[in-house]
Amino acid sequence: TMNIDPRSSRTNNNPVLQQQKNLDGYVGFASLPNQVYRKSVKRGFEFTLMVVGESGLGKSTLINSLFLTDLYSTEYPGPSHRIKKTVQQVEQSKVLIKEGGVQLLLTIVDTPGFGDAVDNSNCWQPIIDHIDSKFEDYLNSESRVNRRQMPDSRIHCCLYFIAPSGHGLKPLDIEFMKRLHEKVNVIPLIAKADTLTPEECQQFKKQIMREIQEHKIKIYEFPETDDEEENRLVKKIKDKLPLAVVGSNTIIEVNGKRVRGRQYPWGVAEVENSDHCDFTILRDMLIRTHMQDLKDVTNNVHYENYRSRKLAAVTYNGVDNNKAKGQLSTKSPLAQMEEERREHVTKMKKMEMEMEQVFEMKVKEKVQKLTSRDCELQRRHEQMKKNLEAQHKELEEKRRVFEDERSNWELQQRLEQQKMEASRTLEKNKKKGKIF
Amino acid sequence: MGIEETKKESELEAEVQLELRQSAPSFQTGFIRGTDLFGYVGIEAVLDQMRRKTMKAGFEFNIMVVGQSGLGKSTLVNTLFKSKVSRKSCTPDYEEKISKTVKLHTVSHVIEEKGVKMKLTVIDTPGFGDQINNENCWEPIVKYINEQYEKYLREELNINRKRRIPDSRVHCCIYFLPATGHRLRPIDLEFMKRLGKIVSIVPVIAKADTLTVEERQEFKERIRKDLTSNGIHVYPQREYDEDPEERVLNDRIRESIPFAVVGTDKEHQVNGNKVLGRKTKWGIIEVENVAHCEFANLRDLLIRSHLQDLKDVTHNIHYESYRVRRLNESNMNFSELVLSSWPLKNGTDTCETESQL
Repeated sequence: TMNIDPRSSRTNNNPVLQQQKNLDGYVGFASLPNQVYRKSVKRGFEFTLMVVGESGLGKSTLINSLFLTDLYSTEYPGPSHRIKKTVQQVEQSKVLIKEGGVQLLLTIVDTPGFGDAVDNSNCWQPIIDHIDSKFEDYLNSESRVNRRQMPDSRIHCCLYFIAPSGHGLKPLDIEFMKRLHEKVNVIPLIAKADTLTPEECQQFKKQIMREIQEHKIKIYEFPETDDEEENRLVKKIKDKLPLAVVGSNTIIEVNGKRVRGRQYPWGVAEVENSDHCDFTILRDMLIRTHMQDLKDVTNNVHYENYRSRKLAAVTYNGVDNNKAKGQLSTKSPLAQMEEERREHVTKMKKMEMEMEQVFEMKVKEKVQKLTSRDCELQRRHEQMKKNLEAQHKELEEKRRVFEDERSNWELQQRLEQQKMEASRTLEKNKKKGKIF
Repeated sequence: MGIEETKKESELEAEVQLELRQSAPSFQTGFIRGTDLFGYVGIEAVLDQMRRKTMKAGFEFNIMVVGQSGLGKSTLVNTLFKSKVSRKSCTPDYEEKISKTVKLHTVSHVIEEKGVKMKLTVIDTPGFGDQINNENCWEPIVKYINEQYEKYLREELNINRKRRIPDSRVHCCIYFLPATGHRLRPIDLEFMKRLGKIVSIVPVIAKADTLTVEERQEFKERIRKDLTSNGIHVYPQREYDEDPEERVLNDRIRESIPFAVVGTDKEHQVNGNKVLGRKTKWGIIEVENVAHCEFANLRDLLIRSHLQDLKDVTHNIHYESYRVRRLNESNMNFSELVLSSWPLKNGTDTCETESQL
């Protein structure tokens, strides 16, 4: 039994956790994590990942390698293989992956055309707009009365690909990261790291980190934990930032082992060999250890920043500054419910009206069609009748002519016959005369 | 000395006569049946004289490298000429930040091999394509090239011209393409369209150790397709082939451009030999090995086989078209063009200009 001393709780300003009491028996709340685990597994997980970088840096290949699926395959080519887009866009692809009974709904947001044009000013604007719109969707769905389904499509992590020049960051890189580090977790990566020798890679990483600090860019920070082991691992990762990655899904035989890698005339660069590149670190960090943390930071830091900025804009002016889409009212829930119901009803009515309109239009069309067909038929009928009559007349004419001819001919025949009879009797008479 | 010479002469005489007799039937073609040589004249010694003069005078060769920073331009130039001709921008003591406009740097060196001197000028273009907004980043380059033509033109139009006009015209422009593996980017197309008309462009794929052999082939095919569909002519241009032999040779080159190159100045030991290469954890990329990359092909093209051709094309074609444009612009009003008047065409006043070697 636990006795809470009223005096101590009054004067004691420390949180209750300080009074850690030992239990006399097994209570059973140690199974709480299991319950959470089971519920999460049933619910499944969602994760949204954004990849940004110039074309040709191996973004699609890396995504395929990370999740061991052909998200961008030859049947569904990724944005970079389709017709080249110079107008920059933002594209989303969703894939549902299952492993060990756990479901992951993975959304990849790709940005084809980023940094490819001659003039790249404001090429980050579509990306910022996209991130903001996802935050806004979440904010709206959070403010509704009916919150049963809250799909979380906020961007949890942004992988930024740096070209392996060996020098430092380009002005475009710096601008982009400066504008996005407060909206999303930015993880910079060195793309196509098999271009660099180990020394060049070291120097490049140092240069990049120096420039990041110089420009005060806040990339994603790995959290410190209480565990010593974990801290050591985290420190190892921090020393290797930014991670230099190589992506590939082609399997090659090396010394009898089958590995994923890239085959060159001078050797095989293995993707999963930590001597060759930092791919395994990225994968472990992104999927195995820090996925939940990325989501938490997005929820607690970036989203909250967005929310407070948005709401402050509303309350500061007293007038609703936001567009009609995201109206946040401070009415009571009942009134809001009424409003929602009214909205719903008006929407239904509008839909009904629209449907009726469409129906009428269709009916009219059909009627028109039928009448026109009717007319056509009538016309054709008339025409055929006329044709028939004409033919009839022709035939009549022909028959008349024929009859005329026939009567002429018969007349002639009779005349001829008469002539022949006359000549025959004459001959007979002649013969008779001759004999006598 | 004299006896030896006469002996040599008589031997040569015999040879020459033999040759003539053997080829006499073929001489019945449309040539002017002129002097059949009945002695050794010594026409072939002209080659020797030319060689000696060249060696004394030396060559000039101006090469421009264009491309985004970090593509290995300076490293490649150093590797090509096997000397530290350009300063690499990735060394720790390279302080310059990326400049807002494209500024051209010219560095000249005189390098010598087997008694032949070459004045090599490398024109670097830092800042090209590095900004966020790269509109018109090619303009300073176009301006520079035209300025060099203008300088040469003025020298040519002078009354008292120098014997050897210093040739600072750009003979070759190496354009570095990043090895994305996809296709030409808008900035590449824009640049090559504009500059293909005024200078010989040699496109190369930079840092080609990013691409596997299949990816390299596909990339090259796509680039060639893009180039033809945009009407861009790179060196060697098809229309300047002078005879079928050259055409065959150049066709072979045209089938393999752009060359995929890797540059380095570090040496490593491979099978007991010292080779230029890049050492990674999975192997050593040998720069001069044709199976690894096409650096050797590029070097042979630029230096060993087509160096003179590049200079000739620049002088006979690009420079001439610039000259024509310029003279048309000023509407044959030469007093505007040059302070002194156009040199008169009397036979006594023509100056001897040596052919540009």
